Amino acid sequence: MRVAEDRELAGVLRFITCGSVDDGKSTLIGRLLHDTRQILEDQLAAVASASARRGLAAPDLSLLTDGLEAEREQGITIDVAYRYFATARRKFIIADTPGHEQYTRNMATGASTADAAVVLADATRGLLPQGRRHLYLAHLLGIRNLVVAVNKMDLVGYAEARFEEVREAFTAYARRLGIRRLEFVPVSALEGGMVAGRGESMPWYPGQTLLEYLESCPAAESGAAGPLRLPVQLVQRVAGARRYLGRLASGALGRGDEVLVLPAARRTRVARLFGPEGECAGAKAGESVALEFADEIDVSRGDLVVHAARAPQAQRSLRATLVWFADRPLSRGARYLLKHGTRTVPARVASVEHAIDLRALAPAAAPAGLAMNDIGAVRLELAQPLHADAYAENRAAGAFILIDPASHHTVAAGMVR
Amino acid sequence: MTPDRAHLDWLESESIFILREVAGECARPVLLFSGGKDSLVLLRLAEKAFRPGRFAFPLLHVDTGHNFPEVIEFRDRRAAELGETLLVRPVEDSIARGTVRLRAGESRNAAQSVTLLEAIEEFGFDAAIGGARRDEEKARAKERVFSFRDAFGQWDPRQQRPELWDLYNPRVNPGEHVRVFPISNWTELDVWQYIAREKLEVPAIYYAHRRAVVRRRGLLVPVTPLTPPGAGDAVEEVSVRFRTVGDVSCTCPVESTAATPEAVIAETAAARLTERGATRMDDRTSEASMERRKREGYF
Repeated sequence: MRVAEDRELAGVLRFITCGSVDDGKSTLIGRLLHDTRQILEDQLAAVASASARRGLAAPDLSLLTDGLEAEREQGITIDVAYRYFATARRKFIIADTPGHEQYTRNMATGASTADAAVVLADATRGLLPQGRRHLYLAHLLGIRNLVVAVNKMDLVGYAEARFEEVREAFTAYARRLGIRRLEFVPVSALEGGMVAGRGESMPWYPGQTLLEYLESCPAAESGAAGPLRLPVQLVQRVAGARRYLGRLASGALGRGDEVLVLPAARRTRVARLFGPEGECAGAKAGESVALEFADEIDVSRGDLVVHAARAPQAQRSLRATLVWFADRPLSRGARYLLKHGTRTVPARVASVEHAIDLRALAPAAAPAGLAMNDIGAVRLELAQPLHADAYAENRAAGAFILIDPASHHTVAAGMVR
Repeated sequence: MTPDRAHLDWLESESIFILREVAGECARPVLLFSGGKDSLVLLRLAEKAFRPGRFAFPLLHVDTGHNFPEVIEFRDRRAAELGETLLVRPVEDSIARGTVRLRAGESRNAAQSVTLLEAIEEFGFDAAIGGARRDEEKARAKERVFSFRDAFGQWDPRQQRPELWDLYNPRVNPGEHVRVFPISNWTELDVWQYIAREKLEVPAIYYAHRRAVVRRRGLLVPVTPLTPPGAGDAVEEVSVRFRTVGDVSCTCPVESTAATPEAVIAETAAARLTERGATRMDDRTSEASMERRKREGYF
């Protein structure tokens, strides 16, 4: 294992890997971990013996991440697995997301917290429907750092021409989606070329290795530049004062700031601010804080602290894109609990506007509602007003989940339009 | 600023957020505290999440009765320093009740699941916060931060709730509960870097000391009343430290001269075996032994 040491870029980059079942995702992750020396002897020995039991000549690096028994039996990844590694520059959290169509929910899960997405393409097969779906989902979930790893270059003789063909197919598709920036790296997860090291098989390729890309791409773009959104998690009474605990979803906050507490829209001033190290003058997106206000006002869990000048509008009706997870289809009139930030409100499906046909990349009528793994546009009516942002503008403040009030299952991921 | 500040700050802030979400969403949470390093990190995070207020939950130790004495002494002292409630539920009680029945020589480690579920039922807990990390083991790598358990305490890896953004869903029916893992995203190295940065005291057996051991299947088995040397075993005295401090009957130390957190960090960064692989006899049973235990309610 290596330790993140860089002072500038240190911190954490979360990324997902996604692709079709046979694109070699697990092998690619195994390769990244192996070549950055994260794989320890006992893990390698376990992989070697498991590979031998399966009659394989060489250790199958994909066995490092295919963690559940059921998956090992089927030879596919059925759930998101999180893996960790660090280089001299950064700590990384990988969400290894499955390519099987029926497990779209897991890809959405991994993508929701990712700063970057590595979409795998099989150089021998090019752009497949699954690849389209993954690129679409990564873009839909607001990931700005997108890189296509054109894998299995060893099977096409490391031919630059084939890499260019695949690149063109993806680029054309990405343009239709409105993706502004898409990077490409030709790799061989099996042989290791252009993953962590350059290897010697693709001297024609001048760009970064996949690892160099991941080491240098910017982490969460939400950052301090966005509007202040601080959902209140808890109210504490200590020594006569009330403290409000929460984490900044976006923006920045300073001691003395005039703020608005929604939904009651009460104005007050931040009298004191506390971070993990004690009292402080300011805090930014991602930081957990405690606040004391100058005035005694009624604030409870689920309230939202914002700056008055950049306050979101109250909405009793939301237009949203949903990724539907449940066995039972989503239909008009159904009632759910909607969790946004720390606020949970009852919601009713007023209409299902359309579903997305991922082949045609176009809205299609959805008379039967949304089935499992469908993506669609809906209008929701809310029992209480919600102060949400558009997801495309503010990931942290535009996301919600729907919970079935009877089963308590999380049935949908939602993004405010 | 220390070099590793940025990623530790990120991890710390996420963990504080998770602890506060448990307090905000769950009616009767509990924090599982063993005196081990991961649960000591949890306690520091809880201090940062809730001080100067009290913790939003009591501490619970499911005690196999097969402990390293230093760890139990440490457990009690730490809970007293914090002024928080410590509940202890012994596996021995479950054995007396007949709810745990062990084969001769079988470790009590897996039996903790039964005692834990009994404690959850006794107190009506709806959330049990634990210090498990995803980097520990392959089955854990797929665990959610808020992980649903049915009325039998079972984990169904195929029916896990999707967990998106930081919108956790801990809703349960009576009798069900969630396990919550605030340090899911931490690695063993992160834990030691945090221990160093926060100057956290941990039980002395985490640092190098001389101990009588027997070498068995590549592991250093400590010589204790529960794990006596077999006939023909060569007992050696070796400088060792523990990487985990579980049940005495299945936890092994590693050879080490690391006497400070910094020295442990240097060793961890250069380690060639995983934490569990180097130290746990029970995880070696089969390729999928952790997954099977987890399905049955193990943490």
